[in-house]
Amino acid sequence: MKPAPFAYAKARSVAHAIELLGTEDARLLAGGQSLIATLNMRLSEPALLVDINGIGELDRVTLQNAHVEIGALVRYAQAERSAEIARAAPLIALALPHIGHPAIRNRGTVGGSLAFADPAAELPACMIALDGEIDVVGPNGQRTVKANDFFAGLFETALGAQDVLTAIRVPAAAADIRVGFAEFARRHGDYAMVGLAACARVAGKRLADVRLAYFGVGATAVRARKAEAVLADGDVEAAVSALAGDLDPPDDIHASGAVKMHLAGVLLRRVAQQLGRAPS
Amino acid sequence: MSERFHDVAITVNGEKVRERVDARKTLVDFLREDLALTGSHVGCEHGVCGACSVRVDGVVVRGCLVLAVQCDGARVDTIEGVADSAEITDLQQAFVARNALQCGYCTPGMLLTAQELLAGGGMPSREQIRAHLSGNYCRCTGYQAIVDAVEAVAQARSGAKG
Repeated sequence: MKPAPFAYAKARSVAHAIELLGTEDARLLAGGQSLIATLNMRLSEPALLVDINGIGELDRVTLQNAHVEIGALVRYAQAERSAEIARAAPLIALALPHIGHPAIRNRGTVGGSLAFADPAAELPACMIALDGEIDVVGPNGQRTVKANDFFAGLFETALGAQDVLTAIRVPAAAADIRVGFAEFARRHGDYAMVGLAACARVAGKRLADVRLAYFGVGATAVRARKAEAVLADGDVEAAVSALAGDLDPPDDIHASGAVKMHLAGVLLRRVAQQLGRAPS
Repeated sequence: MSERFHDVAITVNGEKVRERVDARKTLVDFLREDLALTGSHVGCEHGVCGACSVRVDGVVVRGCLVLAVQCDGARVDTIEGVADSAEITDLQQAFVARNALQCGYCTPGMLLTAQELLAGGGMPSREQIRAHLSGNYCRCTGYQAIVDAVEAVAQARSGAKG
């Protein structure tokens, strides 16, 4: 349970990190709350760790142009204390207390969660529910990737070997936006067996633009599009039934696919109630 | 710059230490093996159990999920430091009085984590205490006595202030 030997370098800037990542078999180190565990277990044996923790300006939360921008190095605990996130990104605020335990949240970063792309992680699902975007800087400059296009598969993303995720952006919640979040985990703070992040707009007595992003049910977070359409009409039980056409969770160590399907329905009922409420 | 061994200067329990460390050495192994501070325990070594909890720059982290080389220039506090400074004497006494430990393996991590919650001020509910300690496993007590002890100290401290 000790890491294999590796070299270590502290990046002074994003450009410097990109340069260092050009070394063969280099890995980027942010909060390290998943990476160092995998190194300890020797599931990963990189030749070089590029530590970006010392880079300034990646740890800010800003409100601009009707968007909330969260720097890649913003730690979960810092995000939990952010007034901007509480006000303008209420779905992320709801999800944060479910991410790991306090000591993990003191260290783990928003960018790290997205770059790692664990299928049972909370933030990738929030990004899909919110139609967020991800800023990436690589050897050929900066680009922005929609969350929808970012998650390619199990622990796979649109990031190339020399890319650095620098920030994420979600639309600031307007007064007519409703959000909901719920998950089942074996122990508070553990990865979810099944979870649901949701966002919708109130349109008279109906909901519009319903986005339901489930996590822990496949290789990546997935939208339940059939259930979204049904839920917009207000029939929660019909939406739960429609999930059968959206989700096909595989069995894993926590639960069978059938149990996960059942739990997905329970979560939808809970989240539908949250979506029906005005923000308090 | 991209080397395996690095010189680090870390302030551990108020004392500046300078050592040469292998990049792959975790902070908890550095504290135990290089500095003989064996109060921080090594349990699961992948961030699940909380036995290795230490404070880095004032916040509690997993000592097995931070590398010693990353702590160059940082302030690290271990259970030895916070016990010697009397910062947690009341918590330690409450743990003893309420049988909140049996084998003691989880206790240093429990104390540091509980102290972080209590230092935030206010009177946390039992549910909040449980949520804050959720990342620290105890295989002896069943947690009830630990929550009792933390709650008693929270009451005593908030009473003392009021």
